[in-house]
Amino acid sequence: MNARDNTSTLVIHGRKVVGGIAEGEALVTRDRISGWGGIDPRTGTVIETRHELRGQSFAGKVLVFPGAKGSSGWSAMFHMTRLMNSAPAAFLFNEMTTKMALGAVVTHAPSMTDFECDPLECIETGDWVRVDADRGVIEITKKNNKSGDRP
Amino acid sequence: MHLSDEEKAMMDGRDGPAVQKAMDLLMRYGEALGAERLVETRNVCATITSTTPFQRDFALAKGGGMDAVFSEFSLDSQETVEIPKFKVFTSHLQLGFDPGQPERMGVSEEIVQFYNKSERHAAGLGAQIMNTCTPYQVGNIPTRGEHCAWMESSAVVYCNSVLGARTNTEGRESTGAAMLTGRIPYWGYHLDENRRATHVVELDVEVESVQDWGLLGYYIGEHVQERVPVVHSRRGISRVPNLPRLKHFGAAASSSGGVEMYHIAGITPEALTLEQALGGRAPVEVLRYGEAERRATYEKINATGKDAEVQYVMLGCPHYTIEQIWEAAQLIEGRKVHPDCELWIFTPRAIKSLADRNGYTRIIEAAGGILMTDSCSAMSRAVPKGTKTVALDSAKQAHYLPAILGVQAWFGSTAECVDAACTGRWNGGMQ
Repeated sequence: MNARDNTSTLVIHGRKVVGGIAEGEALVTRDRISGWGGIDPRTGTVIETRHELRGQSFAGKVLVFPGAKGSSGWSAMFHMTRLMNSAPAAFLFNEMTTKMALGAVVTHAPSMTDFECDPLECIETGDWVRVDADRGVIEITKKNNKSGDRP
Repeated sequence: MHLSDEEKAMMDGRDGPAVQKAMDLLMRYGEALGAERLVETRNVCATITSTTPFQRDFALAKGGGMDAVFSEFSLDSQETVEIPKFKVFTSHLQLGFDPGQPERMGVSEEIVQFYNKSERHAAGLGAQIMNTCTPYQVGNIPTRGEHCAWMESSAVVYCNSVLGARTNTEGRESTGAAMLTGRIPYWGYHLDENRRATHVVELDVEVESVQDWGLLGYYIGEHVQERVPVVHSRRGISRVPNLPRLKHFGAAASSSGGVEMYHIAGITPEALTLEQALGGRAPVEVLRYGEAERRATYEKINATGKDAEVQYVMLGCPHYTIEQIWEAAQLIEGRKVHPDCELWIFTPRAIKSLADRNGYTRIIEAAGGILMTDSCSAMSRAVPKGTKTVALDSAKQAHYLPAILGVQAWFGSTAECVDAACTGRWNGGMQ
């Protein structure tokens, strides 16, 4: 069985923020993320109290979230995740801010925004997501429809 | 993005590889934002120096050179390039510790040595070693309309709102690029249309003390998040808020929310009237701030405070003004800090030197407190040993310290905090 046939793969378009191609398991949150004081760059773990991802790591995941919040140290903290090999594979987000844009640029992770449908509605944690930021396309393989083989 | 001839020349390498790397970063950043061009700036506030073991190890791995650290952490360049003198006036922000108090803050001698080397490097390039989150207190006061590239949320909101200068919340890498090029993306709060108010906050109570302004700021941040509020009182604001009040107000609003710009009708420079602040547009929402909202905000900020015994009192977030040090010295003169409690007051180095000359440092030290510089407990994660409960006159610190260090926090007036330091107990309450 092919996990990427038309019945299980959803394709949506958006705007490139940082170019490149990456894929990985989705980690989705409706909470905005703080850089400084909100994540541990050594492990890529969210540490903010009361955050719905508290204790979970985004390392190697396609991080799907509304956007950045908090201190101007956002970019420097995510910059550190790249140097410590705990960065997300890609960023998919809704709200453009200077923190978010600069953070994505220095993390060097393919990043997109301005989607034709809300990624928080279309993507669930555990879905397999391929991000082609250069073409402005993401392919979502729903975990529920997956046969077990990852593409 | 459209580049001017001057920018094209920098991009093509006329001014050397570091400036070229800086332009490359600004292009990538500007395109990510969707900016159409860059804007000239002569005023950068940034973190440049290195205060962490990770950065020391990085420098060692790259042969010990500070240019390698600047290339990676301030320009996003994996290739080490030689860093030339900064093109524009650059002020250094606060640090991860007070280099004069390494033992008290639990910092090793090796890291202090590395910091000193890093500070000499930054100063040699032309950075002003102000080491404060309040550069506007020690000589960097931009003019209304001036385009800036500033980091530090509490400084950004002061710059935009009180001074009427224009900046977005920049980061270490974009400010690094701005120092070398005198450019930053023309986006966000650099443009007129993004500076107008979106939310009206109608005051139903008088807002007078520093604590009152902190409560109002915390309330507004929670409700407007990253939008632009205008504070309005039908009766008019009877007492014009001064620097410490607006410093606290903005810091609180940018902690509970992400406010980068606000207006106070009749007071701040782009809001001589409510109508001017709104710029002819209808507000998204009108909020009413009365006694019930004030009380609910007080209880929210004090939600972690449980135990009456206080082991630590911290004053100064953002960094204390000389007026606040004067007030603290008056409150504590002739009293003694309780043996089971410590009092740390944080201020810029330049203002500490003024406090030294005025005798305030001596008064505070005679009582058993200490004036520290360059940092704070949220930046350093340093608190006195055995601290379970802390008392603060800053809504921002009361927001961050329980999250960062797992301590309980009491938020109150300066007088209540000084009293807690001298009795070892929290006796404060909503006035």
